[in-house]
Amino acid sequence: MRHDSSTFFPAPQLVFKQLLGLMSEENGYMKALKCRECGREYPLTANHVCEFDFGPLEVAYDYDLIRNSLNREVISRRSNSMWRYRELLPVAKEPTVGLQVGYTPLVKADRLAKRLGIRELWIKNDTVNYPTLSFKDRVVSVALSRSKELGFDTVACASTGNLANSVAANAASAGLRAFVFIPADLEQGKIVNSLVYGPEVISIKGHYDEVNRLCAEIAGKYSWAFVNVNMRPYYAEGSKSMGFEIMEQLGWEIPKHTIVCMASGSLLTKIHKSYQEFSKLGIVDESKYHIHGAQATGCSPITAAHKSSLDFFKPVKPDTIAKSLAIGTPADGFYALKVMRETAGHGDDVTDDEIREGIRLLAECEGIFAETAGGVTVGVAKKLIANGLIPKDDSAVLCITGNGLKTLDAVAGHVGRAKEIRPSLREFEALLSN
Amino acid sequence: MSTKVRIPTPLRKLTNNEELVEISAATVGEAIAELQTRYPGIQERLVDESGEIRRFVNVYVNEEDIRFLQNKDTPLKDNDEISIIPAIAGG
Repeated sequence: MRHDSSTFFPAPQLVFKQLLGLMSEENGYMKALKCRECGREYPLTANHVCEFDFGPLEVAYDYDLIRNSLNREVISRRSNSMWRYRELLPVAKEPTVGLQVGYTPLVKADRLAKRLGIRELWIKNDTVNYPTLSFKDRVVSVALSRSKELGFDTVACASTGNLANSVAANAASAGLRAFVFIPADLEQGKIVNSLVYGPEVISIKGHYDEVNRLCAEIAGKYSWAFVNVNMRPYYAEGSKSMGFEIMEQLGWEIPKHTIVCMASGSLLTKIHKSYQEFSKLGIVDESKYHIHGAQATGCSPITAAHKSSLDFFKPVKPDTIAKSLAIGTPADGFYALKVMRETAGHGDDVTDDEIREGIRLLAECEGIFAETAGGVTVGVAKKLIANGLIPKDDSAVLCITGNGLKTLDAVAGHVGRAKEIRPSLREFEALLSN
Repeated sequence: MSTKVRIPTPLRKLTNNEELVEISAATVGEAIAELQTRYPGIQERLVDESGEIRRFVNVYVNEEDIRFLQNKDTPLKDNDEISIIPAIAGG
C-alpha cells in the first residue's frame, strides 16, 4: 500500500520527538556537511566542496539520535518505499518528492546462478524503479526533496541519460523548473524519455566529462539546485537506500558478495556505507562482506587502477556502448577503490560484446531486461565467478540499475529477428519443422 | 603573454570575488605560482604537500583536462583559458 507524505510517520510521534529535542526541527537527523578529506564541517546548505582542499562534502548524521528512532520494527511498519529508512536519508522534514520511489524487488535468480556457476544469486532489480526505471530515482527523490527544503524553484543536472530522465520526471511532478544537460550522442530512448516531461534539455557536443565541466561552471553562476553538483552531498546519499533494501529483503543480512557497476563510483561507495550504517545501528549483525566493481572495457579507469593495485586512477576518454557508465574522470573513483580494497573486493571490465551477452543472459534466465550497465554487471559477475574470485559455493547480489527499454539501440541487431510468415497454419508448421 | 583563469566559487573569497583573472605565465605550474603571488593562500588549496595538484581538483586548458596534456608542465599560449573545477558526481 502506498501512502502520501502525511501518513509516512504518525504526526504525533514526530511532534513528540521534536518536543523532547530528539530531533532538530531545522536539520532533522543531519548534523553538518563534512569534508571527506580534512573533516572540516560546513552548514547544511547547497554546497559540495571544501574550500580548503576541494574535498567532497558528505552529510554527517547524529547516529545516537537515529539509534533511538530506527529499528527493524519501525522500518517494517512503514510503506514500501525507500523512505522507510528516512532517518538515514538527508532531509530535515517529511520528504516531498518521489514518495513512491524504491523498494524494488530482490529476485532470487536460480537459473542465472546455474548458468554462472554459483550456489545462490540475487538480482536487486532497479529496472522497475518508479517512476523512470533506474536507480537514479532514488538519488533524485532525495535531491529534489532537499532542494525544496532549501527554497530552490529550479533544478538541473549533468547526465549520461538516466539522471536526466529522473530529474525531468520528478521535477515535473513536483512543479519545479528543470534544466538537463546531456552529451549529444546519447541513446534516442534516453533523450525522448527526458523531453516528454517538458524540461529544458540541453544537448552538448562533447562527452559526459565535458558536460560535467560545463555544468560545474554554470552551477557557479546560476542559483539553481544542480543535483549532482551543489546538491551532491544530499543526492548521493539516496543510493544508500538500495543497500538498505537489499539487507532487509535478505532477512536483515549483509550479502557476502555485492557486485556494482561503476560510472563515478558513487553507488558502490554508498552501498558500502549502507552496510556500515545498519551494522553500526545494530539493525543487522556485523559480518564480513566483499564489494566488487564492474566497468566497461571502453571506460574502466577504476577497475584498471584496482587491477594494478593503485589507489588513484588515470582519466580516460570513454568509448563504450555502456553510455550510462561512460565517465572517464570518476569523481568517486578514489573512494570506490578504497572500498574495494578494504572489503577485499575485486574489479573487472567487459567488452561491448560481453555487455550484450550479459544483457541476454539476464533476460533469458530471469526475464529481466537491463540496460547496458546491467550487462556490465552480469558480465563482470560471470568473469569473477569463473576466475574463482567469487567462490562458487557463496551467495552474491547483483545491483541492476536501469531498464533495457532505454538502450534498445545497443542490442537491436544482436538479439535475432522475428520470423515472418503469412497467416497460414501450413506456413507456421513448416517453420516449426525447420 | 596573457592567460585567463576562471576561478571556481570556493576560491573566490581569495580573489575578491573575481571570476576571471588575467595572468602571465608559460605553464600551468607557473600560472598557479602567479596566482599565489597575487592571491596569497590560493596555491595550498590547489596543490598538496608534495607539490602535486590535489586529487579532487580538475584543471583544464582550453577545455582539455591537463591530465591528458602535460599536467603542471602543460605550456600556455597567448589567450589560452584555464578553468579550475572541483570533481563532481556522476549522472
